[in-house]
Amino acid sequence: MGADIWNWGYTLEILPVLAQAAIVTIEATLISFAIAAVLGLILAVLRMSGPVVGWLASAFVELVRSTPLLIQIFFIFFVLPRFGITLDAFTAGVIALSLHYGCYCSEVYRAGLEAVPRGQWEACTALNLSSWNTFKNIILPQAIPPIVPALGNYLVALFKETPLLSAIAVAELVQTAKNLGSETFRYNEPMTIVGLIFLVMSLLSAAGIRWLEQRLNRRSVR
Amino acid sequence: MNGTTEQPMVRFEGVTKRYGALTVLDDLNLEIKRGEKVAIIGPSGSGKTTVLRMLMTLERIDGGVIWVDGEPMTHMPKNGSMVPAEAKHLRRVRSKIGMVFQHFNLFPHMTALGNCIEAPMTVLGLSRREAEERAADLLNLVGLGEKKGHYPAQLSGGQQQRVAIARALAMRPKVMLFDEVTSALDPELCGEVLQVIRKLGSEHDLTMLMVTHQMGFAKEFADRVCFFYQGKICEQGVPKELFVAPKNERTQQFLRAVLEAV
Repeated sequence: MGADIWNWGYTLEILPVLAQAAIVTIEATLISFAIAAVLGLILAVLRMSGPVVGWLASAFVELVRSTPLLIQIFFIFFVLPRFGITLDAFTAGVIALSLHYGCYCSEVYRAGLEAVPRGQWEACTALNLSSWNTFKNIILPQAIPPIVPALGNYLVALFKETPLLSAIAVAELVQTAKNLGSETFRYNEPMTIVGLIFLVMSLLSAAGIRWLEQRLNRRSVR
Repeated sequence: MNGTTEQPMVRFEGVTKRYGALTVLDDLNLEIKRGEKVAIIGPSGSGKTTVLRMLMTLERIDGGVIWVDGEPMTHMPKNGSMVPAEAKHLRRVRSKIGMVFQHFNLFPHMTALGNCIEAPMTVLGLSRREAEERAADLLNLVGLGEKKGHYPAQLSGGQQQRVAIARALAMRPKVMLFDEVTSALDPELCGEVLQVIRKLGSEHDLTMLMVTHQMGFAKEFADRVCFFYQGKICEQGVPKELFVAPKNERTQQFLRAVLEAV
């Protein structure tokens, strides 16, 4: 392989920089997904409660799911400052990812919650459990295990969409690779390495989710 | 003392239930004495299960009042008039009632013991030790002391239903409702569940209300049998009379059909 195509010296030089960027990508992924997981559950519960609140929550979910993530990122970063809300690029990006994936997760939670048989709610009423204890101790523990794979898929999907944050110059992997490329006019190494990092991490998380899924399955079968 | 013992434990006063245009129960009037064991029989769609579900507050009623232990459950006095009960009032009165379901409705992610201690701990505020002691006693009572660490999926239908009975009893209800509790069981497993109910009838001063298709059991166990037909009590009486010499033509037809099927 000629040095034109792949320069090992250059590769070693940029690895630390890309490692730094990988940390930004992972941070954005984990923070966004943690918020999305909680927000999704809240939205799912709101959608199942009361006509007015339920309708508002559904409308919000539809709005977010029917518009591109990139527009949402631009909106939060460029438009909100006009209304006095100025956020740094990383925060704006994380909020956009959280909202977007929170709405997708809410669908998953809703399916999980609706799959719990009505008899479980009725048994809780008959035992006089409060709504909160019913939800927390009885319904949720049955609703979550079956939807772990679906939530996991969204975690991987969210991870692979973090490069969109490069559009507002967050120093994540793709933005960093682009910067390195424009400085040195060598894109082969940075883009290839970034691609490989995404590939390896996606495969690893998929394997992790499968492992978790099997563990949960084993527990529910016994 | 005398006054309270004579007051009925449960009283349905002109209770009506509709689903859309369909009237499931029509102006039901029924009194159940303290400690009385009442069996409800009738063809499907006659409203018999709805009676239990309304009493457990699983269904709203469209007319009338249900009284439990001398106070209105579905309504409460406010500013001198009766208004539909608020959630808090419902919860307080409901605590006197326990229910066992046709499909058990055990919590699948909890052991037999876990199923029996959940509500006593979170609703009654018992400590884990107190709740576990109470649950262990009740699981022994239903003959499942050995199985307390088992999950529902590891138990037979009959065993699951007995856990469900123990779970309901752990809340110390005054009234127990049994909704076709053997209908989802294989015939050879019905006996063990009925045996437990029989034991409850003799050992506890419980008011019991059961919807059943087990005519033999109703005849032997119940103090009174109510035959429901098209949302009304068509005929009621002590089992010996109702089963042996039913007066109403509908009852006769029903019993003939049921006995022929056996």
